[in-house]
Amino acid sequence: MSKPVFQTHDLTKIYRTGDVEVRALNGVNITLYEGEMTVLLGPSGSGKSTFLNIVGGLDRATSGTVRFKDMELTSCSERQLTQYRRNHVGFVFQFYNLIPSLTAWENVAMVTEIARAPMAPDEALAMVGLENRQTHFPAQMSGGEQQRVAIARAIAKRPEVLLCDEPTGALDSKTGILVLEALDKINRELGTTTAIITHNAGIQAIAHRVVSFMDGSISQTHANATRIQPAEVVW
Amino acid sequence: MAMLDLKLLRDLGRLWAQGLAIALVMACGVSTIIISVGAYRSLEETQSAFYERYRFGTVFASAVRAPRHLKSRIEHIAGVTAADLRIVQPVLIDVAGMREPASGLAVSVPDFEEASVNQLYLRYGRLPEESRKNEVAVVETFANAHGFRLGDSFDAIMNGRKQKLLIVGIVLSPEFIYAIGPGDMVPDPRRFGVFFMSFKKLSGLFDLEGAFNSLSLTTLRNADTRIIVDELDDILKPYGGSGAYDRKDQVSHAFLDSELDQLRAMSSVIPPIFLLVAAFLVNMILSRLITLDREQIGLLKALGYGNVAIGGHFAKLVVVIALVGLLIGSLSGFWLGRGLTRLYATFYSFPFLIFRHSIDLYLLAGGVTVAAALAGAAKAIWTVVILPPAVAMRPPAPTTYRSFFVGQLQRLGIFSQLSIMAFRHLIRWPVRTLLTTLGTSLSVALLITSLFSYDSIDYMIDAIFFRADRQDASMTFVSDQGLDAISAVASMPGILRVEPFRQTAVTLRNAHREKRMAIVGLAEDTDLSRVLDLDLNPVSPTSSGVILSERVAEILHLKPGMQVEVELLERDKRTALLTVTGLAQSYVGLTAYMRDDALDQLLRDGRRISGVRVSIDSNEMDDLYEAIKQTPMVASIALQGISRVRLRETVEENITTMTAVYVILAIIITFGVIYNSARIQLSERARELASLRVFGFTRSEVSSVLMIELGLIVLFAQPLGWVIGYLLSWSVVQGFENDIFRIPLIIKIATYALASLIVTGAALVSALIVRGRVDRLDLIRVLKTRE
Repeated sequence: MSKPVFQTHDLTKIYRTGDVEVRALNGVNITLYEGEMTVLLGPSGSGKSTFLNIVGGLDRATSGTVRFKDMELTSCSERQLTQYRRNHVGFVFQFYNLIPSLTAWENVAMVTEIARAPMAPDEALAMVGLENRQTHFPAQMSGGEQQRVAIARAIAKRPEVLLCDEPTGALDSKTGILVLEALDKINRELGTTTAIITHNAGIQAIAHRVVSFMDGSISQTHANATRIQPAEVVW
Repeated sequence: MAMLDLKLLRDLGRLWAQGLAIALVMACGVSTIIISVGAYRSLEETQSAFYERYRFGTVFASAVRAPRHLKSRIEHIAGVTAADLRIVQPVLIDVAGMREPASGLAVSVPDFEEASVNQLYLRYGRLPEESRKNEVAVVETFANAHGFRLGDSFDAIMNGRKQKLLIVGIVLSPEFIYAIGPGDMVPDPRRFGVFFMSFKKLSGLFDLEGAFNSLSLTTLRNADTRIIVDELDDILKPYGGSGAYDRKDQVSHAFLDSELDQLRAMSSVIPPIFLLVAAFLVNMILSRLITLDREQIGLLKALGYGNVAIGGHFAKLVVVIALVGLLIGSLSGFWLGRGLTRLYATFYSFPFLIFRHSIDLYLLAGGVTVAAALAGAAKAIWTVVILPPAVAMRPPAPTTYRSFFVGQLQRLGIFSQLSIMAFRHLIRWPVRTLLTTLGTSLSVALLITSLFSYDSIDYMIDAIFFRADRQDASMTFVSDQGLDAISAVASMPGILRVEPFRQTAVTLRNAHREKRMAIVGLAEDTDLSRVLDLDLNPVSPTSSGVILSERVAEILHLKPGMQVEVELLERDKRTALLTVTGLAQSYVGLTAYMRDDALDQLLRDGRRISGVRVSIDSNEMDDLYEAIKQTPMVASIALQGISRVRLRETVEENITTMTAVYVILAIIITFGVIYNSARIQLSERARELASLRVFGFTRSEVSSVLMIELGLIVLFAQPLGWVIGYLLSWSVVQGFENDIFRIPLIIKIATYALASLIVTGAALVSALIVRGRVDRLDLIRVLKTRE
């Protein structure tokens, strides 16, 4: 059995807007393991993004705990969370979030400049198959290419975990598959613990384990006995 | 309330800080318009009202002794409406309790009739009469400086005799609105006083019965004064006429005119700067607002709102900001304008001050401000109007950046990716970057333009009082004296060194250009009062030829080596040709210098002197003052030390007030430009900056992107501001230059540095305010929304 990376205990998040109280997470208990690829499924508002934001150090829990290896994230200061994101976590978002004024290479280099033991930007871009797109600006690339740059940027620092929020949400099936192939390759070759949020149930078959969210709680988890290749995903 | 207006109110509520920053810049424009145009109008109106009601002369002349029967000849010159033949004599005044002698001017008033020219405004009491003994009316400033009331008296040395003068009236004269004593550069009412006496009385005291030595004319509005001046010169020629001159060369009038010129220059330079910056700021925030509102605008159009309604909606936003600016500017303009008027009241001697706050001035300021704001908004509004609704509802195309620094350079690792982000963003919006830089540089320029006067005045004081006129005092004699006057002065107590000078009134002429002034004759070894060349090195007058001050050479288009025609006004207008042997630096008056023996030769009456410059043992000052008060031949005395202190005091008082105002104005511009620029960048790049935070960049690293951009703008604004500041200062100096006074353009390095420091400080504060917002970026919300 591989070592646990994330362990949550009774993780709860309540948003208050005016008089309205929304329970986004309601006592979530889960453990994610080293090298594991997990797909988080669930309808809008089921709490999967909130979960990802909290384990990624972007948001704070209302109650409960999150442990990243030996580190208690829920008791970290703002500064410590920044360092945590900087050194341990790679993020991939639905809308890529590339810096429009930097080229593909520079977008990756931006992260490697501040990381502790990064790979070269060229190497990261090669891993996602974009070695020929280094000097292109985001506005000069397709959505799939932009998302692969975002993945290269996320993995260039050799993070322990890669957190992806709807990475294929804005893409068509063909480019979506290219993105999933890149994520799968990184998970296999670097052993990066990967969590992918998706609406697309077809994607679950590429994961080691599938976690379903419903109304702020985990409704079900199951392990895939056999995983399929991203190219075989039915969109 | 219409829904669009409700949206307007909410937009204003959201944008209040940026709106206020712009409104403040506009307010500066409005208040400078109100102050400068208002002060200009007030001063001009006061001046012309005083001149007109009290019949200020248009032509002036003086002679040694001319018979009064010339009156009808003079009055018959074509265009002359009235002539006042009078006596004007410099005198020494001895006021009880005042150590040093004061200088005074005794002026006659007609007996048994009202003066036809230069009438007096009677503040208290009555005009002096002939029948009683030594009655005088004194000018108000002199009376105030000494606390004189009606019935008080003071002594004056008149024609060698000490006279006790009884004050029966306190008056103001259109001729002495700006009354300046011998050797002074600013008025000092304590040491210089003008008083008026009965003509008959004064002619008796100066042995001028049946004669006059000064005259003043009023003329028809369209009369050609040049012709009148020529005819007057012909009439007075046999009587030692020293050349008639037009009102524009009258000292008090010339000073007032140069003040008016300055105000006019101010009103045409300073307010446009603010309105330009305000227009740019309006353009900047409105363009951004429209980008953010793009989808809403599309929706409104889809719902059936017309272009006019939508364009009008944004125009209203701009007009509201302009109106706030107008209100703040009008109030501060009114308040500062009143302050400036009070300053005038202490400086110029008017019987009344008309401070006009006419509605049209505010309408003008308001119209100009709203127009500038709308001009700035025009392009942004136009882009809304032309956008088809379907296009507007789609998000705008992503921003494309130019390939700058792409390739090997980035791998050198000189610049971090964060710096490259900043550079690219600056270059992506070149017009905006340029205008932001220009706006900031205008603050620097404005500061230099206000601060440089300290440097210039310092330099001028050093040149005049420590390099050129180093004497402790100069005494001018009642009339030219023989050389024995030197030993008479030398034997006075406390006199260490005596240097004589001679001076004579001349008209210098080069072809059709001519100028009236004095030639001063100096000894070859003169050491106290020296002639300085253009680099401020002392030069000795040569045995022949004449040295001209730079301004004279400019007016007459003369260069060294050229010939100048000299018309001797006190010698029947005899003319001679002299070679210009050099140029001299001179900041006060128009002068030409010759060697004393050469001047004697030219005048053909042997060795004579007009006065002396002396250095004094300060321990014996009081004894010397007493002696001078008893010396009949001394007509006036100029005390350099007191003049210098007085100049510095006056200048510092005035400049310090002005500088404080300019510093505030510059800070407002800087704040308006930098704060708005930072806010817009933040709004445009919130998503980028939030992404950086997500990737683990610290708050200060993320802020550094904004700081680098603003820092570069502020950095490039400095040299640009120095250049613009130099040019503005140069134009101020040019505008100020007149025959009486000119200031050198001197800007010390420290002044450039101080201007930059103030602007950089203001920029830093504005940037730090925005930095607080970077720290509070909502990471999750920003990432979830698509720009």
